[in-house]
Amino acid sequence: MASTLRLVLSFLIFPGLLFTAVIGLVTQWIDRKVSALVQWRVGPPWYQPFADVLKLMGKEIVIPAGARRAGFLIAPMAGFAAIGVVSTMLWLTNMHGTGFVGDLIGVIYLLTIPSLGIILGASASSNPLSSVGASREMKLVLAYELPFVIAIFTAVTKVSPMTLRLDGILEYQAANGVLLGNASCILAFIVCILVVQAKLTYPPFDIPEADTELMEGTHIEYSGAALAVIKLQQAMMLFTLPIFLITVFWGGLVLSGWGILYTIVKYVIIIVIIVLIKNTTPRVRIDQAVRFFWGPVTVIAVVGMILAILGF
Amino acid sequence: MDLTKWGFKKSLWVFHLNAGACNNCDIEVLDCLCPKFDIERFGMKLVGSLKHADVLLVSGSVPRKVVPDLIEAYEQVPQPAVVIAIGACACTGGIFKDGYNFAGPVDKHVPVAAYVPGCPPRPEAIIGAVVKLLGTL
Repeated sequence: MASTLRLVLSFLIFPGLLFTAVIGLVTQWIDRKVSALVQWRVGPPWYQPFADVLKLMGKEIVIPAGARRAGFLIAPMAGFAAIGVVSTMLWLTNMHGTGFVGDLIGVIYLLTIPSLGIILGASASSNPLSSVGASREMKLVLAYELPFVIAIFTAVTKVSPMTLRLDGILEYQAANGVLLGNASCILAFIVCILVVQAKLTYPPFDIPEADTELMEGTHIEYSGAALAVIKLQQAMMLFTLPIFLITVFWGGLVLSGWGILYTIVKYVIIIVIIVLIKNTTPRVRIDQAVRFFWGPVTVIAVVGMILAILGF
Repeated sequence: MDLTKWGFKKSLWVFHLNAGACNNCDIEVLDCLCPKFDIERFGMKLVGSLKHADVLLVSGSVPRKVVPDLIEAYEQVPQPAVVIAIGACACTGGIFKDGYNFAGPVDKHVPVAAYVPGCPPRPEAIIGAVVKLLGTL
């Protein structure tokens, strides 16, 4: 009973939904501030993402006349819950070494659910721009999942004995140095950074949202609390995906002594790479994105996989 | 303290509606977003969808053809929301007040919270109007 309660609390408060949402919103402020500095602006104050979410909580929810009400409102919650579960799993594995066989596969699956939720919600909202956004999101998911899975399994191949447990990967890295020290895993990490860009729908892969042509496409019809949930989910993705990459490739989170500082440095480096790519690249077309992911990126991922099998 | 009200004051998302303007006011609105004025400092940003908006910036003299669209746009914005009339045409009709297709200034059709006169108003005037408006909320 007590352990169940602890699990529920760790999902709801720390390190699950609440903690992830707060840190995610702070990260989103870093994102907006760095973007502003790149464009020679001052940028918003630190509480800006919190003010946005609080404001959206107090606004009316408008449901379009032709929309499927239940699907429209439930879809954002699915992604929100899934990303909370991912964050809880990653943090518990890093802090207490709790894992189970195949939790890596579980994480890869759960990281797709926010995209599926967005697709469902957009399709239910009966807006033509949303449908275009949903179809683009679908193609983007198909495009990036292949290199992403190959890249993650490069890390799995590199670990000996081969394991599908996150804590197994962490133990191997604690004993033999971080996986990022190997040529094969550097290639896999580069692939993962590109995929993260697409998972977050940041430029150059913000094709489903495309501010200037689709007006935020997939969530154009959302308003009020539902939009707040989508914004929170995006913030949590921005927090969870770098943590996932650190766990798999970069030795995990060390939460004692100087390790805390080192962990924060690793996290900030990945965030700054993501934000700089976001600010220096224009949007590509959906066919270019699919060709990019199935072409060069998959080739890099496969080369990394072959190197890992050869032992590099 | 009312948190949602605090959030509303600190994060105004603006939808820009051109109701028959000559594009002069619209360019001044865009000026506010550029690095020199950077209204993102105050949490304001331009959004593309009416459903995300808190502020409807209306510019232009509202010709007869635009009236139904203006009213529909206003009804689509989730409450609470405010309307700001930008420019002489939106406030009073300006030089078009005797035009054959002039259908009244903006406040004849939707409730307006703030008027920013000028042809076009300077970006400082637009920012000043929003600051004064926030003081009354």
